[in-house]
Parts: sequence; C-alpha cells; structure tokens
Amino acid sequence: MGELRLMKGNEAVAEAAIRAGCDGYFGYPITPQSEIMEYLMAEKPHERTGMVVLQAESETASINMLYGGAGTGKMVMTSSSSPGISLMQEGISYMAGAELPCLLVNIVRGGPGLGTIQPSQADYFQAVKGGGHGDYKMIVLAPASVQEMCDFVKLGFELSFKYRTPAFILSDGAIGQMMEKVELFDPIPRRTEAELIKQCPWAATGKPKNREHIIITSLDLDPAGQERVNLKLQAKYKIMEENEVRYETIQCDDAEYIFVAFGLSARICQKSIDLARKKGIKVGLFRPITLSPFPTKPLGEMSKRVKGILVVEMNAGQMIEDVRLSVHSDQKVEHYGRFGGIIPSPDEVVAALEQKIIGG
Amino acid sequence: MEDQVTKIDIRKDENIVYKRTDLLVDRPLSYCPGCGHGVVHRMLMETLEEMDIQDKTIGVSPVGCSVLAYDFMNIDMLGAAHGRAPALATAIKRLWPERFVFTYQGDGDLAAIGTAETIHACNRGENFVIIFINNGIYGMTGGQMAPTTLPGMRSSTSPYGRDVATMGHPLKITELIAQLPGTYYVTRQAVHTPNHVRRTKKALRKAFENQKRNTGISFIEVVSNCNSGWKMTPVQSNKWMEDNMFPFYPLGDIKVDGQLVPKKETAEKE
Ligand SMILES: Cc1ncc(C[n+]2csc(CCOP(=O)(O)OP(=O)(O)O)c2C)c(N)n1
Ligand code: SF4
Ligand SMILES: [Mg+2]
Repeated sequence: MGELRLMKGNEAVAEAAIRAGCDGYFGYPITPQSEIMEYLMAEKPHERTGMVVLQAESETASINMLYGGAGTGKMVMTSSSSPGISLMQEGISYMAGAELPCLLVNIVRGGPGLGTIQPSQADYFQAVKGGGHGDYKMIVLAPASVQEMCDFVKLGFELSFKYRTPAFILSDGAIGQMMEKVELFDPIPRRTEAELIKQCPWAATGKPKNREHIIITSLDLDPAGQERVNLKLQAKYKIMEENEVRYETIQCDDAEYIFVAFGLSARICQKSIDLARKKGIKVGLFRPITLSPFPTKPLGEMSKRVKGILVVEMNAGQMIEDVRLSVHSDQKVEHYGRFGGIIPSPDEVVAALEQKIIGG
Repeated sequence: MEDQVTKIDIRKDENIVYKRTDLLVDRPLSYCPGCGHGVVHRMLMETLEEMDIQDKTIGVSPVGCSVLAYDFMNIDMLGAAHGRAPALATAIKRLWPERFVFTYQGDGDLAAIGTAETIHACNRGENFVIIFINNGIYGMTGGQMAPTTLPGMRSSTSPYGRDVATMGHPLKITELIAQLPGTYYVTRQAVHTPNHVRRTKKALRKAFENQKRNTGISFIEVVSNCNSGWKMTPVQSNKWMEDNMFPFYPLGDIKVDGQLVPKKETAEKE
C-alpha cells in the first residue's frame, strides 16, 4: 500500500509529477489551478529529485518551454486553466507535429472569454478535436477523483512517451479544488542522461561524432513530405484507438437507461443513479476515461442493450456528438447540461432523465 | 614549368588557406546570393568547431529566412515557433546545464512577435547566446515592414515609406535589453566586409566563452542586408546599409562583462 494523504486535486497533480520523475514544470498562474505551481515551488523539487520548476512570463512561453525540453527528451509538463490553454494552442500543434511527448493539465473553468473561475467541461471540443491548427490528436484523460488526478499524471507521461504525442488531462475546477484521500505511488527516479538518450534516440541532446545530427521540427515545405508526416500521425492515432481506450461502467448490467458522463459529471451521475434506482428506474453509468481515443466500440455495444442514453455534461453539448457517432442512429440520445460554472445537482439529472428519456 | 602549381598541389594540406568547416552541411544554402545569413552561419559553426563544443551544443532556429538553419548546421537543433526560440532555449539550458545553447533569430522573430520571450529570457539572466540578425525587414514573407524598419524606409506593407506617426518607431531592442541586469554581453556587429566578419567572429567566441562561466545572456546583433527585400543588388544593399542602417544602429559593444559601455565609445571607430 502506498502512502495515504488527504490532498486537493491540484496538489495531487503536483506531488504525482515529482514522484513520476518529471524533469521540468513550466507554468503561468491562473485560477483555479495555481496550487499546482505553488505546491511545486514549496516542495523544492530541485532538492528532492532535481526537477526544474519555472514560472514563465505567459502560457505562450510555457508551452514553448515544453517544446524545448521535450525536444531534448526531457519529461516536461505544464498546467493551466481554459484561457491559458487557449493561448497554448499554437505550441501544442507544433508539439503534435514534431511528435514530442509532454503532459498538459487543464483545470477547466467556465467560458467563453474570461468567463468565470467556477468549474466547467466546456473545453471538451478544444481538447478532443484538436484545438490548434492541423490534423492532430492528443491522448486526453478525464479524471473523476483526486486519486485519478494523481494516477493520470503517471499514466499521461507513460502514454505520451510511448506514442511521442502530447497527453492531456482534462479536469475541472471542482476536482482541482476538492480534497480527498489519495494513495500515492512510490517515487520513480528521474532518468539519468544515459537512460534518457537510450529511451529517446530521436531527441536533440548534442550530436556525437558518430551519429547524424538530429532536427526537431514540425516543418516540411514539400507537400509530399508533409503528407507523409500526416499519414504517420494518423497511423499512430489508429494504434492509440486500438490499444488505449479506457472507460468505466457502473451498474450497467441490468440497466435500461444509461448516463454517459466524464469527470465531475460522472461523479454526479453516480449519485443520480442511487436516487433513480430508489424510484425503481434501472439506470447505469458509462464513463469514458480516455476522451481521446473515445470508447466508441464499447459504448456502441452497450447502447444496443438500453432504451435510452442521457449525456450529462457541464457544457452545452459537446461529448454528445461523439456519443451519437458511437451508437445506432435510431438510439435515443439526449443531453442535459449546465454551463458557465454551474454544477448540476443529482436531482435535476434524474428529472432530466425522466423528462427527456423515459417520458420523452 | 617546375614551380607551376597544379590543382593537386593546391589541395595539399600545407597549401590550404581556407576550408569549409565540417559543421556546415555540404549543401547549397537557401539564402539569396549576397545575403548575410550564410556568413553568420559560417562564423557560428567555425566558433563551435574552434572551441570543440559541437557535440555539447544544442541550437534553436527561428521562423524567418533562417528557418532551415538546422539543415545547414551540422549539430543537434530544434526549430521553434515564430518568436519563441528564447522560451525553448530557456528550458533546454535549465534542463541541460552542461550543454551550450544558442538561439538564432531575425528581427521580426525576436523584436516583434517574440518580444516578451526575448525580454524575459534576458531579464532572468538565462545562460545562453542569442544571435540576432537585424535586416530591418521580414525577409521570408516577402519584404514586409519589421519592428526595426527605419523611418521612411519602404517595404511591401509601408510602400510609401515607414510613417512613424501611424506605424510606430523602429525598436532598438538591443539597447533595451542591454539595460537588463540579466544580460552580460551585448554587442552590435556586421558581416559585409572581411574586417567586420572577423569582429563578429570574435564576438561569437566571447559569447560562448561567457556561457562556459554561466554569466547570463550574451546577445549579438548582426546588422545585415536583405538585398531581395530591399530590392537592391548585394553591393547596393551593403552601401545602403552603411549609409542608413549603421547611423541608426551604430556598431560596437553596448555592454561588456555586465557593464554598459559609455555612449561615446559605443560607435565603432573606423
Ligand atoms: C505565428 C506566425 N505568424 C506569422 C508567421 C509568418 N512569418 C514567417 S517568417 C515572418 C517574419 C520573418 O522576419 P524576420 O524574423 O525578420 O526574419 P528574416 O526572414 O528577415 O530573416 C513571418 C511574419 C508565422 N510563421 N507564424
Ligand atoms: S529574402 Fe533577404 S534575408 Fe531572406 S535570404 Fe533573401 S536576402 Fe536574405
Ligand atoms: Mg528580418
């Protein structure tokens, strides 16, 4: 059993980063996630593991610091909240294009614009559909607890290096701020220089005489060459789809209806299930854990066994598009959402199920 | 007949007076004939070779005409997004303190879109070298106005000349960053004559020697021509540069060993 602690979601991310052997964190303050950098600075990771922590002048700078660090094979991460993540989009696209691993954490707040500092899930499209320019995808993980905030840091780094692609944790202000019991994994030592060079032969680490020089770039001016880059990326995303889909089902065995929800909404739906079942409504929960790649096949299979699906999100209807693409066109799929920082209550979710799916 | 030198003789080691450094890849440069970029590439690579630090150096190229610098420099390199090279270099140097790190940037890259990254990297006193090619124009995108375009100077987006009342003033970013405590060596050089080339080379050497001692930023501006963007022949462009660019951007050291050089000594003595 690992060390147990009571922590905020944001603190769990920071502690997990140190324990995962992260080499560098670069970030810019924004509510509701500033505790991540604050925790890191207070912990003196430079003394604990040699990890570098730097407050950048903007999110534009942080993401490009990640590009620099990742291009040399280092394990680097940043965190921010919605407006800051928007500012990073050019850099994220460059990193996807240059096939660089990194971990990005978005503790989402309500938008658009400066919006609110309250929790939201309105950045689903941005995270899952690309966000920046060009055809690229990230691995997007959606934690629903402080424990998963911790565990997905480690998992995110592993997947980003396995596939040489940015990994993204799509969380929200409530999970970032709430305190729960966490079982921390044992610290993994940071890689030595020799280990890094062995793991990342593609990285620009300084050219020894006996190898070609390494160029990290997302540029190929020749259209045929750039098409090859795109085909390579798409082939990689296909493999990710085959191997990395993660999801959870709760009380689905006898379910006549299901909620589909991720992150905080999935937590709320669990409570809604209890309330609904007391009323005799057999409802379960399908929770996508990887939003990209999306669990299309398992959701499609499950949908065949139920009468209706209510997609619950803290946005105006984003993941519902992927749900519809996963199920038969005859399947009844409706959306219930609150937005702008409002969290739906379990009762209103049950009421929506009764109105939109059962009664509708 | 006996003392006639043959082609074979010329190639003998003892007769060699100049040789391309192996750190420049043997392929044609993408630059217009007469452009200063290629000369700076050579000086930079010769410096690394002479210091024998090429295997410990990581370079960052910009977006601009020198975007493909990584194809010509036979060292490990990263191509940054437009303006962001100092952010990349900051992380690289902090994560690899034993490596030598440099950025190579144009004036649009360094002094317009990347101003924040430039100033903050300089102000933090990061330990890398910045090489700044100031040709007063956006060469790569076809000769648009740059932050460094002179008052009255024509470009494709200031076709009647830069009107400072509506288009703003040229930015002397080099003087600006020299004021910051994080910069240690700030100098302005040129590469249009052999004499200037030698001085630029010396400045590069000094900059990388500084980096060995972790002194903070060494910043080398090279005022250079863009004969294509300026719509001149290479010879005309060098003359125009001497007559117009140098009075506004005077050559010489601005800050040495962390100390600002008094104003009257700044202008280069010919
Ligand atoms: C975000 C972004 N904006 C604009 C461009 C287009 N662009 C490419 S190079 C360049 C200007 C380059 O000028 P400079 O830095 O002076 O370099 P030079 O070509 O003169 O050496 C611009 C505007 C870009 N690549 N990326
Ligand atoms: S456009 Fe100007 S800066 Fe670019 S290669 Fe040609 S002369 Fe040089
Ligand atoms: Mg220029």
